[in-house]
Amino acid sequence: AHLDLKKIELYEMGWNLKDGLRECLVAAAPYGGPIALLKGHYRRSPSARPQLEIYSSSGLPLASFPWKSGVVKQLGWTVSDDLLCVQEDGTVLVYDLWGGFKRHFSMGNEVSQSQVLETKIFHSPYGTGVAILTGALRFTLATNIDDIKLRRLPEVPGLQEAPSCWAVLTQDRQSKVLVANGSQLFILDNTACTPVTPPGLSPQASSIVHMCVSFSYKYLALLTDSGHVWMGTSNLKEKLSEVDTKIKTPPKQMAWCRRPKSQQPSAVVMWDGLLIVVGECKETIQYHLDDDSVLVPELDGVRIISGTHHELLQEVPGACEEIFKIASMAPGALLLEAHKEYEKESQKADEYLREIKEQSLLSEAVRQCVEAAGHEHEPETQKTLLRAASFGKCFLSNFPPEQFVSMCRDLRVLNAVRDYTVGIPLTHTQFKQMTVQVLIDRLVYRKLYPLAIEVCRYLKTPEYQGVSRVLKHWACYKVQQKEESDEVIAKAVSVKLADAAGISYSEIATKAYESGRTELAIKLLEFEPRSGEQVPLLLKMKKSPLALSKAIESGDTDLVYTVVMYLKNELNRGDFFMMLRNQPVALSLYKQFCKHQEQDTLKDLFNQDDDHEELGNFYVKASYKDQRLEARVALLQSAVDEYYKAKNDFSAKTTEDEMRLLRFQRKLEEEKGEQLVGFSLHDTMTTLLSVGLHKHAEQLYKDFRVPDKRFWWLKLKALAEKEDWEELEKFGKTKKSPVGYLPFVEVCIKHHNKYEAKKYVSKVTPEQKVKAHLAVGDMEGAAEAAIERRNESEISTVLSRCSATTDHLLMERLNRAKATAVKK
Amino acid sequence: MLISYQKKNKKKHHHLISSQLHSSLQKELLQFLLECCVGAAEPFYHPRRPHEVFLNPFCRPACQHRCKTRSASSQVYSAVQSVVGSLHMAHTEWKDAPGLPDFSLLKRLARDQLIFLLEQLPGKKDLFIDADLMSPLDRIANVTILKQHEVDKLYKVELKPIVSSSDQLCFLIRPRIQTVKWISDLVNADKVAGRFRRYKIIFTPQKFYACETVLEEQGVYGDVTTDEWNFYILPLDDDILSLELPEFFRDNFLEGDQRWVTTAGSALRLLQSVYGSFSKVYGIGRCAKMVYESWRELMEDGEQRTRQPEFAKVFLVDRDVDFVTPLCSQVVYEGLVDDLFRIKCGSVEFGPDVTSSDKSIKVMLNSQDKVFSEIRNEHFSNVFGFLSQKAKNLQTAYDKRRGMDIQQMKAFVADELKGLKQEHRLLSLHIGASESMMKKKTKQDFQELLKTEHSLLEGFEIRECITYIEEHINRQVSMIDSLRLLCLLSITENGLLSKDYRSLKAQYLQSYGIEHLLTFANLRQLGLLEEQQAGETLTVMESKVGKLVNDKTVGKLTDAFSSLAKKSNFRALSKRLALVPKSGEEYDLRVPRDMAYVFSGAYIPLSCKLIEQVLERDGWTGMEEVTRMLNGQEFAVTGGSSSSEARSKTDAQRIVLVMFLGGCTFSEISALRFLGKERGCRFIVVTTAITNSSRLLEALLDNSA
Repeated sequence: AHLDLKKIELYEMGWNLKDGLRECLVAAAPYGGPIALLKGHYRRSPSARPQLEIYSSSGLPLASFPWKSGVVKQLGWTVSDDLLCVQEDGTVLVYDLWGGFKRHFSMGNEVSQSQVLETKIFHSPYGTGVAILTGALRFTLATNIDDIKLRRLPEVPGLQEAPSCWAVLTQDRQSKVLVANGSQLFILDNTACTPVTPPGLSPQASSIVHMCVSFSYKYLALLTDSGHVWMGTSNLKEKLSEVDTKIKTPPKQMAWCRRPKSQQPSAVVMWDGLLIVVGECKETIQYHLDDDSVLVPELDGVRIISGTHHELLQEVPGACEEIFKIASMAPGALLLEAHKEYEKESQKADEYLREIKEQSLLSEAVRQCVEAAGHEHEPETQKTLLRAASFGKCFLSNFPPEQFVSMCRDLRVLNAVRDYTVGIPLTHTQFKQMTVQVLIDRLVYRKLYPLAIEVCRYLKTPEYQGVSRVLKHWACYKVQQKEESDEVIAKAVSVKLADAAGISYSEIATKAYESGRTELAIKLLEFEPRSGEQVPLLLKMKKSPLALSKAIESGDTDLVYTVVMYLKNELNRGDFFMMLRNQPVALSLYKQFCKHQEQDTLKDLFNQDDDHEELGNFYVKASYKDQRLEARVALLQSAVDEYYKAKNDFSAKTTEDEMRLLRFQRKLEEEKGEQLVGFSLHDTMTTLLSVGLHKHAEQLYKDFRVPDKRFWWLKLKALAEKEDWEELEKFGKTKKSPVGYLPFVEVCIKHHNKYEAKKYVSKVTPEQKVKAHLAVGDMEGAAEAAIERRNESEISTVLSRCSATTDHLLMERLNRAKATAVKK
Repeated sequence: MLISYQKKNKKKHHHLISSQLHSSLQKELLQFLLECCVGAAEPFYHPRRPHEVFLNPFCRPACQHRCKTRSASSQVYSAVQSVVGSLHMAHTEWKDAPGLPDFSLLKRLARDQLIFLLEQLPGKKDLFIDADLMSPLDRIANVTILKQHEVDKLYKVELKPIVSSSDQLCFLIRPRIQTVKWISDLVNADKVAGRFRRYKIIFTPQKFYACETVLEEQGVYGDVTTDEWNFYILPLDDDILSLELPEFFRDNFLEGDQRWVTTAGSALRLLQSVYGSFSKVYGIGRCAKMVYESWRELMEDGEQRTRQPEFAKVFLVDRDVDFVTPLCSQVVYEGLVDDLFRIKCGSVEFGPDVTSSDKSIKVMLNSQDKVFSEIRNEHFSNVFGFLSQKAKNLQTAYDKRRGMDIQQMKAFVADELKGLKQEHRLLSLHIGASESMMKKKTKQDFQELLKTEHSLLEGFEIRECITYIEEHINRQVSMIDSLRLLCLLSITENGLLSKDYRSLKAQYLQSYGIEHLLTFANLRQLGLLEEQQAGETLTVMESKVGKLVNDKTVGKLTDAFSSLAKKSNFRALSKRLALVPKSGEEYDLRVPRDMAYVFSGAYIPLSCKLIEQVLERDGWTGMEEVTRMLNGQEFAVTGGSSSSEARSKTDAQRIVLVMFLGGCTFSEISALRFLGKERGCRFIVVTTAITNSSRLLEALLDNSA
């Protein structure tokens, strides 16, 4: 069980540091992230300010500026590549990759009072966290700096001075602190401080001097003052191994070096000039270090950054070991050999191949080669291995090609981002963990837009998530470039983004607005095809008229409402109404709203518009909702005034009539006790006639210029209803009936009085004679009249009413007459 | 306020995602389809807001979960495909006319979502339902189903104080300000009384911002949870889909409130996502155009799914393009039943005069009713003969049993008797209904009413018509009918002469009261009843307003104004499109020649004629004159599906979806069915609601709200 390690040189650092990393506060982000240096961080005099420098992993400068704030205790990176600077007073300043200040937050009063003693920045599934040990020897912790909830952990019993070492763990979805006080070990969680004992820790140790937790929080390594490294699971349930380093001085740094799914634990301990790797066996592996260095733990190894070099130390992956082990007979190794021979055009190639195929291990061999290629950093080696794999594949049918193809793609991307100028030294394992999405985000964050787009296109990322997104970020960056004019930027943006799918111009415009370029924002919004998307920003920019018309253009009523309600609160009433006036759609919407919620506002709206017609209507409506007569009349009077103003004489007159009618009804109600108020003129007259108040009805008839016809109809009906046939006959004789006499006939028939009906038949006009005769059931008469008039259709009507049995003769006559009528 | 609005929106998406993760496949299917309908088909990544942040490399769990959902949804997708696929199987046989897609899937979707929403409020609860939602709801989920999901008592929303002892109140309502205000008052009353309850409002088919504003203004926003039930479409029959939004007409055309436009767009989007895309879209009218735009935007938002289209063409038409048709008396059986008995949500209640007993009977009127399905499209004059023939046949069928032996009798009872009895029951009901109609409609005055209508359509003896109308008003025959005749007169004559207008209006007000001043104002605004005016007034107003606003909106304004005071041009249209057959020709109603049969051969419905013409020409070319007279706003767009595929002669290519915005009448549906038979295609009617002259005009009265 020995440990195979390899150390790969990633970069020769591009920076030029005078004193190397000596006396520097250093923080390097995992996943090949940027490096931050703070030189002379302890200096306090204003004459010699510390310098904060940010570099890429390959040492290319990204930012550099003098540090003007308080004393920095710790630097660290967030999961999204932001730099955190924790000050002595507990204030945390956040900078972006380019040294731009983003924001700051405090770790609480308690911290600022007792000052920061030590700080650790940690990552968990919930984001980046900050843990602080204060001067009062208490721990304060925030699990996610984007959503700060400070937690003060319980006291550690018996802690008199700073603990010898501590670390943050994430267990059971909770961040906990593991503290060593001498040989005692405690776990601090939200509620309690629990003493724990690592199983099988060698008894010689009187104190734990250093500890480190693995990348995945699964494993824990402890270094004791006796020089022993204890390795086990972080829940302290299991010991994996214990190795004696034989060095008793406290180390500078310690880190896990284990790769996922590895067979054995391995940790790296660093002293001045010396690096020791411990694993399962008693033997340790030692490296000499020339220079001050920093260890950066990664998912699958440790990066070592020194003043001049950047190296990766990792356990040799299984596939690589199988292939490259001396005299290896693993299928992958044989395949590689076979391919070499094939290139040399030697028949040995066949022998090797045969050997693999006989064991039916060819697919395994191909798989090994592909996997190994992924772990190699040297493009030449990658190519050799991939060629061997490709060669092996030729002899296999049905071998799924996906793995090979995606590995080729991944490696191409990886090689591109590992490039010195980009400086993201990702391993394949890290890349897979990080996902393409995040890698693209990181490239974007580094403003490497062209590369990001290349990667998206190459990996065929869907446009929405790929190219379009990058372009959007590019545009957001572009609009912040102060030196270029609005026109130039707007043009550049529109040209570049023209045919990209799913671009939201409104977001870009928002960015422009946020950086104080309102005009540019408006220009950009013009490109936004969805009017609805433009509205919120326009409102924010106080371009309310534009927002309103865009909302209306969008056809989304809800959006219009949003703007209208916003304006209602923003503007004074006059301006608000004025604006609505120019937007009929918004106005009608608002009117709808007012109808239910604010009747008075509705009136004001009409008033402001001098819309007297609508005001009149408004009062009329109000009037018949009111029960009290006085109120009704008053409202109607208002309506009359408005109608006159609107030059609507007709409505005004009608309304006046209504007022008169109401008063009349009221008077009569009081006098006669008949329920009348609210009836229409017609109904009023009907009622009056039916109770025999003919005089009053007649008064209405005269006063309201009721057409004769209507009055006759009314009276006719009322008399018939009361079966007052005498009165009816008298009425019929008062003057010539304006409605003719057929109605007299019909009304009698309706009340089953044939006798009376017949009285009027003779008075009916010739055109209606047939109808009248038919109505009283006088077939003879009807036939007579029809024949006389020689009207074919009338004859037919009569015919259709004849019954074949009784009116036989009549029908003959009619048919004859019809025949002559048709001839004519 | 703005921000909170957006937040709310976002929450909706989240809610959809999380529910998708946890529920069973059934629910996933529902959710998935619903996302298609609400346009939230991008649950994992919002292409419009490719936000922000740089994902963190340590959040692997989140990524995995992302992948999982994606594959789950693709499973669901294929499940839907297979469901949809199997549904189509039933219709593959080639008939004279193409088979129709199965719309019951829409009901299932609506039901599943409703159940899901009810389950969001666990425990017993009382359910308050908007009165006009009761019937549609009954078609989707009956009381038993509701009870199964812990609905304790059901109440109708009456805007009055309530008596409910339940601790949980659920409101299923249309998004109306009034109703929301009522709920706010309830909540506030409970607060005053120190009573603690849980309240949930389910808006259907969608929430409106204005409603939430009311909740906010009344200070109960935090006390109430709100949800949306995206119940856009109720299939009333094999070929009738209804949005069941009668208020669409008034809101959109009278109040100028376009809130329902997106609803109509979403309905189309729903149809498209369940039944496949369309190859061609035609339309006419301002609203139609907006609906199309909204639909197109929804389509762009979601992922495009290419599927074999179920409908070839879509035709969108605004109700205000053709007001004449819904104002005419209906004489086709189904229309007549609607005019007389009012068909509500596909069912009608026949009173004692029809059932010839002392009870009323509710009957579903659809193609399941074998008797009804044969007479629904017939002119009324044929119905009686048909029914009596049918009765005779039925008698013969009954009589068969006479010469039977025991075995045959047994078989007869087992196989045929039930069917015969059912048919018998239906037959007697329809005979009863026709008798009742006969009584009402063969009367002298109905004949004269029809005569007047026909004269108006023909533009013949207008003076006599006016006299007739005057008498009609004076005698207080019927408030709505008088109004209807007035409108018909105005539209066909391009407005009334000032003298006539004033005298008729005055008479009408004398008969029915002054509050109808408002009704007349409404009718004028819609262009239904107008006074002929000197032409300049409009242009003066236009230019006055035009100066106030920027150029871009001027066009829109002019549009708005022209629709406010547009000329109907009916006479000219009628001439150009030959809507009114030459008088004097015999028209045999038993053998209809054209769509005019639905109005006794006197008039071809304008809306249907337009559809016929556009389909024939595959667009509007050659109809420029007509569209100009209809105020333009016509469009024809070739849809998303590739043209080569679309051209292939499949069944689907012969199905045309016609959407009426603002309602359509049964006469129009009958006319389209006739047209379909003539042309070997099928029409599916999507309407915001079934309408007729009474509903149309009642919506414009102003004595309620």
